[in-house]
Amino acid sequence: MSSGNASESEAGKDTVPQQADGGESVAVAKPPAEEESSVGEGGAEEQNALDVIDPRLLVRQRGFKGYLEEFGRKVRSGDLGSMPVIIGLIVIAIVFQSMDSAFLSANNLSDLFVQSAGTGLIAVGIVFVLILGEIDLSVGSVSGMSAAVFAVLNINNGMSEPLALVLAIVTGAAAGALHGFFFARVGVPAFVVTLAGLLGWNGLMLYILGDNGTINLDADGLVAKLTNYYFSDVAAAYGLALLSVVVFLGASLLDSRRRKAAGVPSRPLSEVVLRTVLLAIPVFAAAAVFNQYKGLPLAVLIFVAVVVVGDFVLRRTVYGRKVFAVGGSSEAAGRAGINVPLIRISVFAIAGTMAAVGGMFLASLINAANQASGAGSLLMNCIAAAVIGGTSLFGGRGKTWSALLGALVIQSIASGMALLAISSAVQYMITGAVLLAAVVIDSVSRRTQKTAGRA
Amino acid sequence: MSATPVLALRGVSKRFGAVQALTDVELEIHPGEVVALVGDNGAGKSTLVKAIAGVGPADEGTVEWEGRPVQIGRPHDAQQLGIATVYQDLALCDNLDVVGNLFLGAELRNGGLLDEVEMERKARELLSTLSIRIPSVRIPVASLSGGQRQTVAIARSLLGEPKVVILDEPTAALGVEQTAQVLDLVERLRDRGLGTILISHNMEEVRAVSDRVAVLRLGRNNGTFEVADTSQEEIVSAITGATQNAVTRREARTTEVGQ
Repeated sequence: MSSGNASESEAGKDTVPQQADGGESVAVAKPPAEEESSVGEGGAEEQNALDVIDPRLLVRQRGFKGYLEEFGRKVRSGDLGSMPVIIGLIVIAIVFQSMDSAFLSANNLSDLFVQSAGTGLIAVGIVFVLILGEIDLSVGSVSGMSAAVFAVLNINNGMSEPLALVLAIVTGAAAGALHGFFFARVGVPAFVVTLAGLLGWNGLMLYILGDNGTINLDADGLVAKLTNYYFSDVAAAYGLALLSVVVFLGASLLDSRRRKAAGVPSRPLSEVVLRTVLLAIPVFAAAAVFNQYKGLPLAVLIFVAVVVVGDFVLRRTVYGRKVFAVGGSSEAAGRAGINVPLIRISVFAIAGTMAAVGGMFLASLINAANQASGAGSLLMNCIAAAVIGGTSLFGGRGKTWSALLGALVIQSIASGMALLAISSAVQYMITGAVLLAAVVIDSVSRRTQKTAGRA
Repeated sequence: MSATPVLALRGVSKRFGAVQALTDVELEIHPGEVVALVGDNGAGKSTLVKAIAGVGPADEGTVEWEGRPVQIGRPHDAQQLGIATVYQDLALCDNLDVVGNLFLGAELRNGGLLDEVEMERKARELLSTLSIRIPSVRIPVASLSGGQRQTVAIARSLLGEPKVVILDEPTAALGVEQTAQVLDLVERLRDRGLGTILISHNMEEVRAVSDRVAVLRLGRNNGTFEVADTSQEEIVSAITGATQNAVTRREARTTEVGQ
């Protein structure tokens, strides 16, 4: 990097005088004043190291050392990413394992993962809404309503399962799009629209469930399989783990090669290898755990697939870029020609869709749609999962992976408490404390980012 | 200078409730010409810019693009025509990095996906041809200084290969050297054959880079001057309304009646 950098900055210096009459002396004198504001207090040490290149360039030096330096710089400037939640998961695992050795058993971990899928899938939708800088309070009710729609269509009206499933999910999407319409087109705050949805859709669910209040699903049906089907072949879990690691490695290498060919900074090989290893460890560990029990759960496969697709959409597609832009500054996004209302409506529709999908998994767990579907602490757990996982409440920042990590934290606490036979009263208090901690971390890291000039 | 203006406004009016922000405003921009749009605060400069950019379409009047009347109802329409706008308040997304902001709304794709590599390469190329120096093209715009943000905003406007660039007070928040850089950029726009509308309060800047000066006063045209044969005092008096014109005569008349 150093050689490429030097030439670049020299080229920059060379061209300045040609363009600015008399600007030469100013241009050369400027950098020292400039670096203070652009690098911020956190970067004071790096400046010395980079002085030889160009004091203003905040570049990562090639090689492993540069990677660690950048990581340290990010942490100090408040960009913590998923670190707090991963540390949290480790702490939770150690605490519960020390109290009950069954916690880290393959059986418990596998069940825990399967049970987190419903909450986590709804949280994926919440992540989209949070990136927009909004909130959706209706996802719990929408998930319950969709489960009820499925149950009524399939069990009461005898509709085929796939069709009923699709219609139920479409119902969720339509409910979300309706929230989006009132928010984006009519201008009602999303908080209020979705609060109305919280009540309204819950009412609709109770209405369509009828007097009976509970509709049991087919025990061998499609929805039941969502959480009770396992790919018992050992090759399934290991094969998927291997495939994901290979795809990740291949994509990283391909990306690096393209970047090198285009002459833009690329990840060094050492970093690619490190990242691949860091991915491979948890992936293969999870595969081993699943295989010790019943095999790869279908629920986990779908959940992880949704998270990966969501992450891909947000980071690699034009649509995702637009979502982030609207979350960062809707004014700027609108002026850049982005159809802001359409993006908002679509994001709320995604939240509704994910709520419906999650609702199917939650119904699958109890194999029924009943009056309690989507009620209770579900909504708070979903929002908490997204926030605990590291998605900012302030909009503009977030990853779908935070839904996965956050849902695991919430479910780990629930599972550990259940193992220790601690009452749900205590469980609520602890989950509340974890949520508070996550929000505090979010707020503090945002403030740090501001002082470091990064937000 | 070609005979047909690339962009012409004919009788543009805009009303906000009880306020008549623009009244029958005329403006012509030719290729390779820098037109300064000046006026006191509240003269309607920003409103006019928003009408051209499609952010706040005009109520009345026509917009002609290369001689043909066109409708600009949305920002997208203006972009399609080839009008790029750099706003006073920058309109960058703080959470996106420099590359993301440069290509916002015009992302390069590769098989339907964002082509980050090509965007980053082009961004570096563009910034270096404009001799814009920023710490990294991959840091959030939030961490850039005001001048750096302004240059990024101007650079962004050039990516779409526009024919007309509107700069709304591009130097308002900048230091001496950065102002010089921005003015250099303006001259480079002219050299590229672009029509440029420069909004500024700084008369020296206006006289340094623009070919013509269009003065707005109280939402109306108050004269268009060739910079080469106009003194600064004439422009300033047109801005403040100290000259003899319809507005001042009318004002004089109404005050007489009032007394």
